[in-house]
Amino acid sequence: MMLALLISLILLWPAAQENYFSQGFAKNQFSSTLVIQSDASVMPGPDRASEMADQVGHDGEFDMDEYLYGHVVDAYDWHITTVNGKHISIPLLIIARSKTTGWHVFSSGKLAHGHEYEGFYLWHDQESHRDCLMEHTPSGDVRPLDISITKNVAGLLFNSLVLVLLVLFGVKWYRRHDAREEAPGGFSGLLEMLVMMVEDDIIKPCIGPDYKRYSPYLLTAFFFIFVNNLLGIVPFFPGGANITGNIAVTFMMAVFTFLAVNLFGNKHYYKDIFWPEVPLFLKAFPLMPLIEIIGLFTKPFSLMVRLFANILAGHMMILGVVSVVFLTASLGPAMNGGLSAIAVLFGVFMDVLELLVAFLQAYIFTMLSSVFIGLSRQHPEEEKAEE
Amino acid sequence: MSLITPDFGLLFWMTLIFGIVFFILAKFGFPVLTDMVRKRQERIEKSIEDAREIEARMASWKVEQAQMLEATRKEQSQMLREATETKARIVADAKAQAQAEADKILAEAKLQIAAEKESALRDVRKEVALLSVQVAEKVLRHELSDDGNQRAFIDELVDEASKAQMHS
Repeated sequence: MMLALLISLILLWPAAQENYFSQGFAKNQFSSTLVIQSDASVMPGPDRASEMADQVGHDGEFDMDEYLYGHVVDAYDWHITTVNGKHISIPLLIIARSKTTGWHVFSSGKLAHGHEYEGFYLWHDQESHRDCLMEHTPSGDVRPLDISITKNVAGLLFNSLVLVLLVLFGVKWYRRHDAREEAPGGFSGLLEMLVMMVEDDIIKPCIGPDYKRYSPYLLTAFFFIFVNNLLGIVPFFPGGANITGNIAVTFMMAVFTFLAVNLFGNKHYYKDIFWPEVPLFLKAFPLMPLIEIIGLFTKPFSLMVRLFANILAGHMMILGVVSVVFLTASLGPAMNGGLSAIAVLFGVFMDVLELLVAFLQAYIFTMLSSVFIGLSRQHPEEEKAEE
Repeated sequence: MSLITPDFGLLFWMTLIFGIVFFILAKFGFPVLTDMVRKRQERIEKSIEDAREIEARMASWKVEQAQMLEATRKEQSQMLREATETKARIVADAKAQAQAEADKILAEAKLQIAAEKESALRDVRKEVALLSVQVAEKVLRHELSDDGNQRAFIDELVDEASKAQMHS
């Protein structure tokens, strides 16, 4: 079954690509010239965006790249669905600071269909398949300082709200009961089970005796990633934003872990980096210190890339499997129906796999963070003394 | 703005949002739960320890109890034995006392009987003597109504007396 699916994907991929290129080439040219031209009059017509969207829609052609990337990259509005070629999406807040005109806050609905508002417009980048907020200035088009509430920011806000409410709701039980006398059931029991699993299985053994200081951060990181992963699998609004599969989010998570490791590292940890116990010639010419310092950064870097790549790949795989339904639409009802059925089965499998990955990646991120923190809190003298 | 270029806006919001989430959860969320669970663990550990202690104490109590039971049983049997002995002794004593009393009563009765007999005999003797004297008087009166007989009698008496003197 898998084989059939793979073969059909391989066979159909070039066709899709070809369609994309033959259709999209002119537009591609068009938008790349856009950056160079400062004159607003040469701007593509206001219907450019809808034209692009229509490409996916009614004329039967299917743009695979646009479909795949459109679902995983950030956007300035939250696209919910398309009914009869008409997009239903929630406009979000654009917050940008222009170097010349200062702060601007307005709804992204004003920029829909390529409209320009207060000198800002959305430029669709063909390479990354996402929109970029651009600003017209006399000296040319530039990117303003952009802290808009994009789809990912909105998703992040929503998921964080869900997380905070869930945890506070679960913890409420402990304020009303004496936990020494009884154990909670229901949601509080589930939360307690999860929290204690993370603390007892990951944090405590990896960090060692002073795990209590790091426990809140690591628990927050675990549940933050877990909730965002899970809600990222939900295919409809308000889930489905590819948050933990976004490099900026995982970058910040890695930075937090980096800070947790290095701000509270003990004497021994820093001695091991700058003056490790190796033969003198290895540190006189600072080869080992150099490697150790690089290691400082590769550890969080690996955290960042692992989470990002796993979640992004998961989203891509599910989208790829679902795309079989659209790719085979032109092959006639029998072929399309059969392959769609297989795609649905395979999609179920992928979704279940992603549930596992959602938990696993949160688990791994927390565990590796704990291990790195534990390495910065070692007390080899005490361990030797104990031996 | 490709997939692997972090977007500044998202970096900013992510820092802010995660910071706030971390603050809320680290202050009002997880520590409440973990502290409570830790307390419960401590309590459970303590309860188990207490239970173990109580068990040990119970075991020692059991030994003590058995010892006490044994002692009581011993005491009981001893008391029973003593009681039996006492009973036997009392019965024996009572018997002896009764015997003694009976003997004494018997002896007294015998003495009284002997005394009664003596007095009765004395009475009888006195009566007999009186009677014989009266009879002798009557006989003598009758015999000695004529002189001849009186003489014969005196002779006889004198004879007797002289014979008795001679014999003696």
